[in-house]
Amino acid sequence: MYVPGNNPGMVKDAHIYGADSLMFDLEDSVSLNEKDSARFLVYNALKSIDYEGTERVVRINGLDTPFGMEDLEAIVRAQPDIIRLPKTECAQDVIDVEKEIERIESEAGIPVGKTKIMAAVESAIGVMNAYEIATASERLMGIAIGAEDYVTNLKTTRSLDGIELLAGRSHVLLAARAAGIYAFDTVFSDVNNEEGFINEVKLIKQLGFDGKSVINPRQITPVHQIYTPSQKEIDKSVRVIRAAKDAKKKGSGVVSLDGKMVDKPIIERAQRALMLAEASGIRVSEGGNDID
Amino acid sequence: MKIKKAAIAGTFESSDITVSIQPNSENEVSIRLKSSVEKQFGDQIKKVILDTLKELDVKSASVGVNDKGALDCVIKARVETAVMRAAEETKFNWKVRN
Repeated sequence: MYVPGNNPGMVKDAHIYGADSLMFDLEDSVSLNEKDSARFLVYNALKSIDYEGTERVVRINGLDTPFGMEDLEAIVRAQPDIIRLPKTECAQDVIDVEKEIERIESEAGIPVGKTKIMAAVESAIGVMNAYEIATASERLMGIAIGAEDYVTNLKTTRSLDGIELLAGRSHVLLAARAAGIYAFDTVFSDVNNEEGFINEVKLIKQLGFDGKSVINPRQITPVHQIYTPSQKEIDKSVRVIRAAKDAKKKGSGVVSLDGKMVDKPIIERAQRALMLAEASGIRVSEGGNDID
Repeated sequence: MKIKKAAIAGTFESSDITVSIQPNSENEVSIRLKSSVEKQFGDQIKKVILDTLKELDVKSASVGVNDKGALDCVIKARVETAVMRAAEETKFNWKVRN
């Protein structure tokens, strides 16, 4: 969930809504003449407020702006979990930031490598370079697409069915999977359009995205509901995992369930469904961790 | 840091605090506080402001404060912002800030 970095009311209470990750923003939601205010506020908040285990991300301004370097000097020292880079266009953008983060970590006595990076691609060139970006650093844990700037760059507008985003989303998702990192989708700005939002979440889940940026606490529950496997999916997954365990015990290389062969991709999907179920707080009687 | 001009930071929104700083010809730190919770937290608010000014090595300033229920970390952030603006500095010494 995005949290405008210059808003003390939102910054101090951000963790009470149940978002999995909080994104304190120093970039587009902060006006040019308040960049300093937001930086000091987010720095102090991260140092003092107990966010109760919620993942803390800070979106800094790009290094090509007058603010990016100061943002890094401050924020790395406040030790968020992740720093989000806006408008990433190539691997060098990531490498440049990583170099500064490493320097600051050393200076501040923070274990080097602790601060992770997330890159947002927001332009055609960024999307085209998604794989090189996704593999540019060991710290890079995820890649996101930022639709507003991207769609403007494409010389079109956003629509409810999102066809203009299809190539960009797919490409980012492919890059993330090829690189073995997470893929995050963009925000849905119309907080009053619940149905439109739900449709978009269903779409991006089906495309394979790991999650979605939200801008309002009201958007959190629909994302959780859609990403939580249904009871039917959970039951099926448990049976798949059990069948795989039984086959392993018997020393059989072939797993079968209900007379059908269950091969490795199906087992992996079942493991992922159970992982998502557990992450949603559902207690599952059998995990799948010991199946290889 | 030396306060060179008048500057202000923060907003009048709930949970925020506005901090306005001006040079003080008397070479001392003075604070004028307005807060909806002055009776309960007035001393604490002043303490945070004074401690922050001390950390920033500000020995002379006139500070006017309008508090809308800000946490200590918010007060500190707004004081730091106002001081930097009043001292006309753009690069903060993050290395020594703990």
